[in-house]
Amino acid sequence: MATIFKRTSVLTNAPFHYCPGCGHGIVHRMVAEVIEELGIREKTAGVAPVGCAVFAYNYFDVDMYEAAHGRAPAVATGYKRVHPENVCFTYQGDGDLASIGTAEIVHAAHRGEKITTIFINNAIYGMTGGQMAPTTLVGQKTTTSPLGRDKDHCGEPIRMAEMLATINGSAFIARTALNNTANLVKTKAAIKKAFQAQLDGKGFSMVEILSPCPTNWGKSPAEAMDWLAENMIPYYPLGIMKEV
Amino acid sequence: MALKLMKGCEAIAEAAIQAGCRYFFGYPITPQNDIPEYMSLRLPQVGGCFLQAESELAAINMVYGASGAGARVMTSSSSPGISLKQEGISTIAAAELPCVIVNMMRGGPGLGNIQASQGDYFQAVKGGGHGDYHPIVIAPSSIQETVNMMGKAFDLADDYRIPVIILADGLIGQMMEPVEMPNNPDPVKKDKPWAATGYVPGGKKQRAIINSLYIETEDLDVLHTRLSATYDRIQANEIMVETYNTEGAEFILCAYGTVARVCKAAVRICAEQGVKVGLVRPITLWPFPTEAVHNAVAQESVKGVLTVEVSDGQMYEDIRLAVNGCKPTEFMGKAGSAIPAAEDIAERIMNMRRA
Repeated sequence: MATIFKRTSVLTNAPFHYCPGCGHGIVHRMVAEVIEELGIREKTAGVAPVGCAVFAYNYFDVDMYEAAHGRAPAVATGYKRVHPENVCFTYQGDGDLASIGTAEIVHAAHRGEKITTIFINNAIYGMTGGQMAPTTLVGQKTTTSPLGRDKDHCGEPIRMAEMLATINGSAFIARTALNNTANLVKTKAAIKKAFQAQLDGKGFSMVEILSPCPTNWGKSPAEAMDWLAENMIPYYPLGIMKEV
Repeated sequence: MALKLMKGCEAIAEAAIQAGCRYFFGYPITPQNDIPEYMSLRLPQVGGCFLQAESELAAINMVYGASGAGARVMTSSSSPGISLKQEGISTIAAAELPCVIVNMMRGGPGLGNIQASQGDYFQAVKGGGHGDYHPIVIAPSSIQETVNMMGKAFDLADDYRIPVIILADGLIGQMMEPVEMPNNPDPVKKDKPWAATGYVPGGKKQRAIINSLYIETEDLDVLHTRLSATYDRIQANEIMVETYNTEGAEFILCAYGTVARVCKAAVRICAEQGVKVGLVRPITLWPFPTEAVHNAVAQESVKGVLTVEVSDGQMYEDIRLAVNGCKPTEFMGKAGSAIPAAEDIAERIMNMRRA
């Protein structure tokens, strides 16, 4: 019998700890498949964040770091400067990348650091239990914005892909979503382009991925996908923001 | 070998390169800017990499990344910048990674000033960041001693997989002294099988996981049991201390770093007045030379102990633990940057003698 699909060997056999309907498992698989397809697993190191993906080092079967909250791009910089011939990716959530780690991500891009960042934007803090993120939509209820995010009180959600695309050191910046098959295909294609930009020595690359968090959004997995399409995509437009 | 007149910061940077350091990540802060400046020119000449980070936080996390990748790596800063690095130092200690961190102490708290101080003793020696851990802390008192200690610092870091802090002060960094610089074109490279250098499934090398997270109580306990054993070995084997003129002394001075040099002058002034005073100078502040201090002060000839620091009395706590009540102890010093004069220290000893 012909094999038409198999599990990528770049993931370990450890079962994911993610909630039902969470996007992390989908993106983990895509990143691992891209590493396998590009034939770079033996020279790849990943950096896990603080957030729901904190245990990513248990899942990616490559050399892995676990970084302090927000510092993954700095850790990746240290690794990449020692092994410039190798490949390094960071895997970060919105609290990690868009709040506590904004200085590190902006300056990694600014230096044109030859690393690839996978940025999961689910508009909420997942691991700590559903607090407001910098990416939380106006009006969205979280445990620290119980009446809904008020833009006069704490601003409007931050658009990281657009911001980083303005930086000269960025080589490839895209935003994709996980809400339907077409967007899944586009997400994987963008991840591959981002790694390729690093392999080609072009500079910093990032894919921001709009991802569902049914648990902390208080929705079923199917409802969460619909909510993402109806609320997140209009505010966070999909597409390639920069490609050199 | 010829002596060369060098500024402390530059001598430290060159000594690090001679010790095989090839990576430096730092952020400017007075009074240690000559270290990154020197490194920015020299490291590329020896095939290394200097990178000016966007912050001290980023710099120490770059050190974490480079150390995890198997490199000999260092960073340097001064007091407020070292405070910012504490998150990374705690992480590096937990991940059992080697690195060298230079702190050219300046006056605090807050922004304080930019003159020499010894106010960061607690921060360096007692951990500094969160959680139970120790860095090795080395406190040189001259530029030559600092140069000599750089190779030792990198070796200790690699041997014990631990962060090593060179706790100097603004004076060591900014003054010039004649130094003999080691010339070591081919420094020893330590084998680091745990480092992230690439992973081939089924190969000899295990997959590297550079990590400070141990979510299960039992797993964190395994880490602490291992760290504890490492700290015991360090305390048994790596204490460095200088005793000066202590044999049969009537009074014992305890001081480290620059202040210990002033104390040596005070010892000579007292000798001229016919009073024999000795000095115990801890070179490693952690592990602390408790036994050497105790042995010096427990001598029958000793009538009292005077600890001198440019702080509000931080090492003084460890000295009192070492003295353990066997002799009267006094403290002399002030927080900030006022370095006591040798004459004043001698006068204080004479006052203790009259009391």
